[in-house]
Order: sequence, then structure tokens, then C-alpha cells
Amino acid sequence: MSLNVLAIDDSKTMRNLLGAALGRAGFTVDFAEDGRQGLDRFDQSDPDVVITDINMPNLDGFGFIEGARKLARDRIVPILVLTTESAPELRARARSAGATGWIVKPFDDQKLVWAIERVTGVGGAT
Amino acid sequence: MTFAASDDFRASFFEECDELLEAMQDGFVCMVDGSSDAETIHVVFRAVHSIKGGAGAFGLNDLVGFAHEFETVLDHVRADRLPSTDEILLLFQQCGDYLTDLVAAARENGSADRARSEALLKRLDELSRTSRGPSADASRAAPDAEDFQPLALDLGDLDLPQDPPPSGWLISVKTDPELFTSGNEPLILFRALSRFGETKVLARTDDVPLLSACDPTLCNITWQIELHTETAEDVVLDAFDFVLDCAEITITPLRGSPEIGLTPLIAEPLSNPAMAEDEVAHVIEANQARSISAPVDKPVSLPPPATSQTIRVDFERVDKLINLVGELVIKEAMLAQAVEAIDLPRANDVLQELDGLKQLAGEIQEGVMAIRAQPIKPLFQRMARTIRDAGTLTGKTVRLVMKGESAEIDKTVLERLVDPLNHMVRNSVDHGLEAPELRVTAGKAAEGSITLSAAHRSGRVIIEITDDGAGIDRNRVRQLAEEKGMISPDVAMTDAEIDALLFMPGFSSANEVSELSGRGVGLDVVRSEITALGGRLSVSSEKGQGTTFSISLPLTLAVLEGMVVEVAGQTMVVPITSIRETLHASAAELHTIGADIRVLSVRDTLMPVADLGAMFGFRDEQMDLEDRIFLLIETDTEKSCALIVDALQDQRQVVIKSLETNYCQIDGISAATILGDGRIALIVDPEAIASGIAVPNPVAMPISAPTEGVAHVAI
Repeated sequence: MSLNVLAIDDSKTMRNLLGAALGRAGFTVDFAEDGRQGLDRFDQSDPDVVITDINMPNLDGFGFIEGARKLARDRIVPILVLTTESAPELRARARSAGATGWIVKPFDDQKLVWAIERVTGVGGAT
Repeated sequence: MTFAASDDFRASFFEECDELLEAMQDGFVCMVDGSSDAETIHVVFRAVHSIKGGAGAFGLNDLVGFAHEFETVLDHVRADRLPSTDEILLLFQQCGDYLTDLVAAARENGSADRARSEALLKRLDELSRTSRGPSADASRAAPDAEDFQPLALDLGDLDLPQDPPPSGWLISVKTDPELFTSGNEPLILFRALSRFGETKVLARTDDVPLLSACDPTLCNITWQIELHTETAEDVVLDAFDFVLDCAEITITPLRGSPEIGLTPLIAEPLSNPAMAEDEVAHVIEANQARSISAPVDKPVSLPPPATSQTIRVDFERVDKLINLVGELVIKEAMLAQAVEAIDLPRANDVLQELDGLKQLAGEIQEGVMAIRAQPIKPLFQRMARTIRDAGTLTGKTVRLVMKGESAEIDKTVLERLVDPLNHMVRNSVDHGLEAPELRVTAGKAAEGSITLSAAHRSGRVIIEITDDGAGIDRNRVRQLAEEKGMISPDVAMTDAEIDALLFMPGFSSANEVSELSGRGVGLDVVRSEITALGGRLSVSSEKGQGTTFSISLPLTLAVLEGMVVEVAGQTMVVPITSIRETLHASAAELHTIGADIRVLSVRDTLMPVADLGAMFGFRDEQMDLEDRIFLLIETDTEKSCALIVDALQDQRQVVIKSLETNYCQIDGISAATILGDGRIALIVDPEAIASGIAVPNPVAMPISAPTEGVAHVAI
């Protein structure tokens, strides 16, 4: 089973890396460059899971999660926060916004797919 | 598999770093000159943060480590836990410089300058400690890796290490009722656990209310999971990472192979085991039905969708296009000439269409040139760094002011400007600006200012480096030049002539060799670098007010505005920028010095005469000079001469074709071009010609004190 993943990050490098890793895992990836664009894509592409950065221009990751939680009605799409921070207060803030889990950068294919598997039940091809 | 394998991504990461570093430097400039707003510090923070994130993915640990500490302090300022004082801003800029160096080092697989890193890290650390608020310490204390948060573990039954390893784990999970709102679904998580081994899950529904009172959005079930695995406890626990903060999780070793519901490890017997077993069976069945096999390969949608406003194009392609457009312009001119030869009636359609073609070709040429053009801003920003470093070395505080930095210039020109501009800016800080205490005595602000400005003026870019220092000390310059034997003491010189001495080889006005000026490179080298770009360098200065160095550059190296002339039946092109004047001369204005050196007298100044026809062997020496046309050539080396030509044909833009790549280098010729009629014309190098002709003893040259307009002959 393949998943549609929405990856939101303002860094092109990160989008490249996410795209490659998710692609290798057999997932289909859609991208957005900030939270606002992310909300648009989220609304249009109806992803199975979202991976979002926190520090972004226009609308940050927290704002995106809050917005997405208001948008989705019939089901709660898992949202994984991609961050270099592991500070507890940051996780708490992401959680209270409605985040499902987190992936700490730097990540490798396995770490990424394992995080996705735990919130979607779908493992990757790695 | 890690990401380090991909060179493409790595290259793209460094490209992004360049952009991020530019955004960071931009932010610092705004913060220093007070034009920053609330968003500025966020932009800077994000830039450093993104560099750290990418660097982590490529295992660039030096970069990650430094960016992390830098980011921590930026975050304090961002969150108002630290004020952005001048001192902190200066440290930020130094850190930004070091980060830039680290990126450059990482790009070349080089290593970091430990001493510099430690000094900066120490200061960042000190700042972190002085920051207000509790989160400062908290975030510092937090390790950067994927750590575990402490959780309530029931380790009471944990056996001693000597015991045989457990055959698995018994995990009990009691979640907050609101668990679902975060998108976490326990069943999915439990299914994922099956990657470790066989799982059996028992759901306890004691707390689930009757259907009529049940709120399906709340989770009132608790679970017990029997996981048969050799996987270590911490790895298993790691799977629960996302729910640790909203669930109570207990993990105990499983010994033997007890069945759920019968295991003595479950302290409290189930109230309705039969029903619970049904539930378990159901869950397990559901698990098996939707088995977690690897998905088949799916087409990959890799690069981001077309949200970007730019595309990246190989420079070779652009250069090829520029070359082709050059050919197109030439072809168009050839066609126009051919049509003219047929002598069509004036109102003919062909002529009209030809006009249209000519205009289009011109626009295409302009458009293609614009592709190579890049804003000058990054170059100016690099100078901010140079100024800072130079200021630190000389003990001067210097403010950089930028003007017109959005002006665009050919990328090649831009790249080749880095060294000369660096040198000139350093020179301005070192020699132009006074020491702070002298400035205060002179009634100026202790902080010096250096202004970099760029502007387009009549098809050229003018870049000016202005300091508000003491101005050129002309007495001192003259004295030095005399000491070095560059001029004789009894020559009368104008201010402009004295200023021009600064560009002479071997001249250095520094009293002692400082770390800055001790590089053995003088302004003469700067000037020849600028000249090689088709540019000109000049200086003006006012005592007590400051000095301005001015660089005038062509917008592109691909075309040149030239005067097409005829010499002994040959067609040649002279760059228009070096022609000061065109004139006819009478016999009275021509003189011969010695046996064969001919000079032209122009407004009381003698100029050596160069006969292009003879120099390039188109005709024999010593023709009659009367009634010839003289082009007065002025070059940046302040050497002037008069070129003799037979006729002036046209003034036009010509496409430069390199002689060196197509033929070989010829002294006195800089390049070639193809004219409208298809013939090749050589482009004269005025600099080489002026310096190549024999000049009598320069000190004896002026027959009277030179006037302002033609001041440059003597030197």
C-alpha cells in the first residue's frame, strides 16, 4: 500500500532529502514551502500523513498544525513534526497544537519510515 | 542508507546555504543600521537553523555544532530574553562570518579553525548564561539527539542481569481519553510493534461506557500487549515515543510463554476474560488480515512542484546563447548591407521588415545579456566582512553604507571584481579612515563610514568606494614619490596628478607595513585588474572630507562600443571609452624629437604619435602626417598618445570575439569582431599601444605646466 505524504519545509535541501527518502520507501510525496502553502496543499491533496518543519516563514509549523486540525473533519490525519529540537517544551507545544509525533533531524530512511509506520500502520519499502 | 551518498543533494544544499547566508547577512545589515523589523531576527534565526538542519543530514558535524550554539543565542534574542545590543550584533556578525567560513570549509571537505571556533563559542555560551528566563537553561541542557523523556517505569519486577534474557515484553498502556485528537491511533501503533515479533493485544474495556453514553472521540480502553521478541527494552519503548506524554506505559520482561489472560504477571484478574479474549482475537484477526507486508514499488514524485520563481541554467548554455545572438546581430547587419546594395525603392516591404528584424535582434541581445546580469548586492555584502575584519585589525570601528546595491552587472565581471574591491575597501579602512581619537579631535564621529555605491550611467556601471576620512595627504604622497625616485622634485604637479601617483607601481603610502597592507599588492595591481575588465579606475579626494575611488565598468564583456576606423586599407575598431578627442592636425602642431619620435602638440601638451598602419605592418613607416585624423587616446595608466588613422567610418556596438581562442595573442590587439559586411576587424588595445611606444624622458615632457583637462601626460 502506498501513502500520499505531504512534506512541508522551507529548506530546499530538506525537501530534496525528504522527497528522496519517501520516494525510496515507495511513498508519493507532495511538497509545500511554508505553513500557508502547506494548508492549501493539505486541503487539496488530502494526504495520508503530513511531515512538517517548525521554523518557517509566513506560517510556522505550529500554525500549520492548528490550521490543519480545524480543516480536517471526518478523520484526523497524522502530522509528524520534523525538527532539530528535542527540547521537551517544543514537543509539548507541538502536541498541544495537535501534532501526532515527531522526527528529529538528522533522520535516515529507517527512522523516517518507522515514524510513519507508527502513525499510519504502513511501512515503507526499506 | 544515509543521505550522504547523494552528491546532487549536497551541491544543492550548499547552494541553498549561499542563499541562507545572504539572507542572514542581509538581516545583520538591517539590524545594524536600524532598519530591521520584528521579522528580521526570525529570518536570521531560520537561516542558521536551516543550515544546521541540512548540515546534520550530511554529517557535517563542525557546522551543526557551531550553528546550534549560534542558533541558541539567536533564539534568546528572538524571544526577547537577550537585548540586541551593538556588542551582541557585532558578535553575531563575527559568528555569521565564521559560519560562512565553515560552510565554505565543509564544501571543500576542509576543517574548521578550532581556535576561532572556541573563542566564539565561549562568548556565545557566556551570552546564553546571561539570558533571562528559565527556558535558556532548559534548552541548553537538552541534548540534541533523539533522547528519551523520563517516564514512570515500573521496574519492580525487573530481574537481575544474570537471569536468562526475557522472551519478550509485557506492556500495559493506559492513555489519556483525548489521545485521538493528536492523530495517534493505538491499534496502528500496536500493529507496528509486530516488526519486533509476535504480538498479542488484550483490550480492557472496563471503563468504556454504555453505547448510549459513549463519546467515540474519547479513548477509554486500556491495553496489555504481549510482545515476543529479543529486541531490547529501550528500542521497544522507543516505539511509544509519540504517546509517552499522553499515556502511562509500563513495560515488564516476559518469561516463558504465558498467554494473555493467564499470565501471573498481570496482577489483577480480568473481570470478564471470555469477552476480553474475543476482543483480542478480533484485534489479532484484523491485524493478520491487513498484514504489514512491504508495499510494491510506486512511481516516485521527486522534485518539488513548480512553485519556484527561478530556474537554474548551466553557464555554458547561456554563453553559447550569447555567442549565437552575437552572430545573429552580425548576420542581421550583413543582410541589411546586402539589401542596401540591391538599391530597393524606399517604401519597399523588405526594408520595413528588415527594420523590424533589426529591432528584434537588438532586443534579443539585450535580453540575453540580462540573463548573465546579477545584482551587485552579494558582492557588497562580502565587503561588509572585509570592512569588519580590517576594522578589527586597525582598531577602527567602521560602518558600511550601501547604495544602489540592486544594480546588476555581468556575472563574470562581478566575480572578477571581488579581489580588487576587497583590496580597495581594505585600503580605505587602513589608509582612508583616521584612528578614532583623531576623528574625534577633528570633530567627526569616532565611527568611520565607508559607502559602497553602484549606479548605471550611460551603458556602464559606476562603483564608488567612499570613506569619510582625512582625504589624501598630497604633500606626503608627493614626498614619498620623490623619495622613491618616481618623480623629480622640481616638477609642478596638479592635485589630480599627485592622486594618480597612488596607482603607480611600487607606490605605497603606508608608513609602516601593517598586516593589511603588507600583502605586496598595491593599487597599481587593482588598477590593472579593473582595466582587464574594460573598466577605469579614478580617485578624487577632499582634504578632511574623505576620498572616493570610482570604478567605471562596461555592463558586459561580450559587446563593446567602438569607433570603426580605416588604417591603410584595413578596418579596425578602437574602444570608444578610451578616445578622448578626435582632431585634424596641421604641420605646425607636429614635431619630431630626436631622429624618429614624432609628437603632436595639443593645447601646449606634447603627445607621442602612434601610427597604427606602421605598427601592424600595413604600410611602411613615416608617411606624411598632415591632414590625417588623430584619435587622442587616454588610458587608465594615464599614458596618452595620438593614433593616426586614415578615416573614421562609424561608431557602433561590436560583438567581441576572442583572438586567443581562435588564433593567437597579438600585442596591441585585444580581440576581433565581425563587421556587418562579414569582414573581420581587429579591436585595438589602447593601453598596450600607449605603453608600447617610445616616450622621451617623461620628466622633460611638459613644455609648460599642464592644464587640468590634459593633465596626465607627464606621468
